[in-house]
Amino acid sequence: MKTSAWYKTIIYSLLVLFSIYFLFPFIWIVLTALKTESEVYQYPLVFFPGGWRFSNFVDAWNAQPFSKYLLNSITITVLTTIGQIISCSMIAYGFSRYEFKFKNGLFILLLATMMIPWDVTMIPLYMQFNLFGWINTLKPLIIPAFFGSAYYVFLLRQFLMGVPKELEHAAKIDGANDFQTYSRIFVPIMKAPLTLIAVLNILSVWNDYLGPLIFLQDRSKYTLALGLAAFKGVHELQIIPIMSITILMIIPPVIAFLFAQKYIVEGISGAIK
Amino acid sequence: MEQAAKSYKRARKLAKWTPYLFISPWIVGILLFTVGPLVFSLIMSFFNWPVTSKPKFIGLGNYSKMFTDDPQFYKSLWITLKFAIFYVPLSLGISLILALLITQNVKGVKIFRTIFYLPAVVSGVAVSIIWGWIFNTKYGILNYALSLLGIEGPKWLVDPNSAIISIVIASAWGVGTMMLIFYTNIKGISPDLYESAAIDGAGPFRQFWSITLPLITPTLFFNLITSTISALQQLTLVLLLTNGGPLKSTYFYGLFVYNNAFKHHKLGYASANAWFMFIIILLLTALIFRSSSVWVFYENEVKNKPARGGKGK
Repeated sequence: MKTSAWYKTIIYSLLVLFSIYFLFPFIWIVLTALKTESEVYQYPLVFFPGGWRFSNFVDAWNAQPFSKYLLNSITITVLTTIGQIISCSMIAYGFSRYEFKFKNGLFILLLATMMIPWDVTMIPLYMQFNLFGWINTLKPLIIPAFFGSAYYVFLLRQFLMGVPKELEHAAKIDGANDFQTYSRIFVPIMKAPLTLIAVLNILSVWNDYLGPLIFLQDRSKYTLALGLAAFKGVHELQIIPIMSITILMIIPPVIAFLFAQKYIVEGISGAIK
Repeated sequence: MEQAAKSYKRARKLAKWTPYLFISPWIVGILLFTVGPLVFSLIMSFFNWPVTSKPKFIGLGNYSKMFTDDPQFYKSLWITLKFAIFYVPLSLGISLILALLITQNVKGVKIFRTIFYLPAVVSGVAVSIIWGWIFNTKYGILNYALSLLGIEGPKWLVDPNSAIISIVIASAWGVGTMMLIFYTNIKGISPDLYESAAIDGAGPFRQFWSITLPLITPTLFFNLITSTISALQQLTLVLLLTNGGPLKSTYFYGLFVYNNAFKHHKLGYASANAWFMFIIILLLTALIFRSSSVWVFYENEVKNKPARGGKGK
């Protein structure tokens, strides 16, 4: 029994120690965001803000057209999520419920595309979108999402492989055509994994920096991530607004994660089994 | 009768195309956004391709310049390699330890799981700002805390000697996804194995070495590869935390390619740079394919395949 108590002590110490590493940076930026300018640059450091200035958030928001950036970020996030859900569910359905020529070869190709480094395709894509007249619009960040994403297709396919074949036979007997079987029976079944890919997509698109950096130029087209980074460049020393915006930007993905935590854990386990 | 046969035939013909219809978005997408650009990028890598004037075919010129006439190429490669050597074992180690911790049967473990995963949902921009502030030489909390312990902290991002380590620390903050992959694997191990080991008198460490570790090797290898690939492609954090400095000590390969393309506008050269990295990644992936037990979904594929000759013509 004594060893077990020791063991538990060690486990808890490690849990707490790692929690400091993972949680403390969040706490520290919140504390910084609520300080006054002079408190931030005091040494020895003051830990807690004196005035808890929540107005810092409003000031930071008004320092740049962040409402505009927010709207852009939301537009991209919502539209890509819709695009991914429609396209990936269709593609995964095709790959998992049918036998067809070249199926395995195509699927291996799909997996292989996950290995392509971003910079190989980025340069020609930039030129291609330039040719389409899409540079400095939100299109390059939205439209590709309507053509599926290998990783999400793979996740959905793994899920669909576990759904018994009898289901579509039954639907067929009831007179449903292939598309009806997909949309009326399989889409509802895929609710859990579709939620997972929606959340994964929201996280990655909301946080994306390189895509917007390369494709967008005008300030009015900026996303939150770009606005935040621009802030860093222009007002190198205005640490308070930077921290405030950082916190505001973190909140939506954190909420999305907390909502979908269960799906994320289950979805990842489903994918690697 | 004949009519029915005809429409049946037509339906059969249509049915043959149905699966392709379902996967058609992907086929169009891959041609438009992956294969096309990939081929074009390969072509570009054989050209001197400035933005302003006409491209000129130079054969393997870009590649030979890269290997013989650009010291920055080797420097960036070495910096990236150094980063990977620090980052990969560290991120694997931390995420495995975390996964083991959150599979322990202790109270509040779900809260810890959430805390450990949380940074993984934060963007590169936010991560760079948070850690930039923590590492701040003058007002950073890290060196202040160290000073309270009587230690003079390094200058983190400002000192070429510690800049890479700083980026490793900031990157390792986001190991949550890797942790979850280990976690679900460990959770899937049958408790019977541990029970019988415990009866045989095996302690927790012995159980880890003899049961957990061997059983998670496929996941370990999977995480090793993904972690290596992401280390080789590290860009956002570097761009925002140090932008290659100080004294080019963090001029990562990703930044080298990015600057060649979008700052120096040497599109052909940057394409050659990118293809070189692609080949390295392909070689690494070849390692995965060679060990079939590692790509677990591959096993599934074989299992779910119908018996040969059963269907078709």
